[in-house]
Amino acid sequence: MILFDRVTKLYPDGTKALEEASLTIEPKEFVSIVGHSGAGKTTLIKMLLAEEKPTSGRVFYESLDINKLRKDEIHHFRRKIGTVFQDFKLLANKTVYENIAFAMEMAGRLEDEIDADVPHVLNLVDLTNRAYNFPHELSGGEKQRVAIARAIVNQPDIIVADEPTGNLDPINTNDIIQILKKINDLGTTIILTTHNKGVIDSLGKRVVTMEKGKIVRDDKMGRYTL
Amino acid sequence: MFWITTKRITKSGVQNFFRNGFVSFSSVVVMTITLFIIISVILLGGFLNYSLEQVKNKVDVNVYFITNVEESDVLSVKKSLEALPEVSSVEYVSSDQALVNFKAKHQGDNLTLQALDELGENPLGATLNIKAKDPSQYAGIAKYLDNMSSGVLSSGGTSIIDKVNYSQNKVVIDRLTEIVNSSNMIGVWFAIIFIFISIIVTFNTIRLAIFMSRDEISVMRLVGASNSYVKGPFVISGVLCGVISAVVILIFFAILTFVINHYYGSYFVGFNLFGYYINHFLQIFGTIVGSGIVFGSFASYLAVHKYLRH
Repeated sequence: MILFDRVTKLYPDGTKALEEASLTIEPKEFVSIVGHSGAGKTTLIKMLLAEEKPTSGRVFYESLDINKLRKDEIHHFRRKIGTVFQDFKLLANKTVYENIAFAMEMAGRLEDEIDADVPHVLNLVDLTNRAYNFPHELSGGEKQRVAIARAIVNQPDIIVADEPTGNLDPINTNDIIQILKKINDLGTTIILTTHNKGVIDSLGKRVVTMEKGKIVRDDKMGRYTL
Repeated sequence: MFWITTKRITKSGVQNFFRNGFVSFSSVVVMTITLFIIISVILLGGFLNYSLEQVKNKVDVNVYFITNVEESDVLSVKKSLEALPEVSSVEYVSSDQALVNFKAKHQGDNLTLQALDELGENPLGATLNIKAKDPSQYAGIAKYLDNMSSGVLSSGGTSIIDKVNYSQNKVVIDRLTEIVNSSNMIGVWFAIIFIFISIIVTFNTIRLAIFMSRDEISVMRLVGASNSYVKGPFVISGVLCGVISAVVILIFFAILTFVINHYYGSYFVGFNLFGYYINHFLQIFGTIVGSGIVFGSFASYLAVHKYLRH
């Protein structure tokens, strides 16, 4: 489903963020990518989201070469992938309901579909009674649940979560990971980047380890070994 | 789908405008100042034109005829002058009327009136007062009169035109022409510079407001928003800013011109500031609302476009 084919990323100042990284991710997999800060985890994700272009190598989403997408095609592509970030990236001027509905509006869904699906995903992440609050009125865990709800509302094939628990306490961290596991059980591919040992060990899923821009380990039932 | 998208973009723009509170308020304040300057320029321009017309009306060229001229000859000269494109009006003052005007002008001057009585007969001839459309055109009219002077003759063979007082007033007329032209030129440059400065300030304020939304813009793009979905709401907010500023300033000026006219009207030498504002309200409304919408939308569009390019 996703193929990174010998991807290298060099920045103008000579920094090598990725070096010949190759990785295949199958549908319905739950893959955790671990590594120290600067290992290249986020750069890999940015390649997948067409936020950065590789210096060499290619990235495929099914048969689509992401590098070859035109500027006006990129936003269409991004609608197929649900994203969750460490800093939540919610729209501050929109309520919880509107933040989630926004993702559906971008996908061109109609008002009655939005009215049906948004309450459903709010219920899934247990935020029904916070629907009309603004992000600044929510806790970190609640914000991240809104981000997850937004990521799943269009039923994407893949969710990319870049350090989703980085700003959360252990209890909220656990809640978020359980939600992601539930989503994966329902058939959505999850790519998670993290350096939280507890999360990795509790998952018992595939772990890809990165170091200095290279993929150094790939364990089917991995544990945190950094 | 187009209407659904347009409705969503509009709703989002209006919502963002009000939810952004203080930032939107700052943009409205700055836009209001720009529109204030534009209306001020319009009203000052009206007052300047009025004043210059008053000054121009004070200037005229008088043609004095010999005392025993035939009225038909004078009227014939009047008709030919009226046919000139530079001439605005020609007023005929008969010799009898000239005498009445003279006596009224020198009412308190017993010496002059006594001297007039001793003359016995009316020493004043008929006069034509010529007003040109522009002070610069008097020279041409005077030349025409010079050429005519030799052509219109009395029965004795002398010219019926006794005197044309253009050359005596030439200095004043030339100076007034210069003043009129300079005032217009200064007025135009003044307007251009101030409007330009205020537009720059407005644009920068709106740019700053959008700069503060740069995180929102990047999130919208990450979630898959197209360019129109990102830019649209900001442009709508810009339009709303322009419209609100326009309404505020139009109401403000209605009150201001009324108050100025009521309490300080005498300073304007007959120019009815409030009356001018009301009489030209449709044009002013169109200019101000149009400017507000154009500046607001254009500034927002340019500012967002810059972030989307990166």
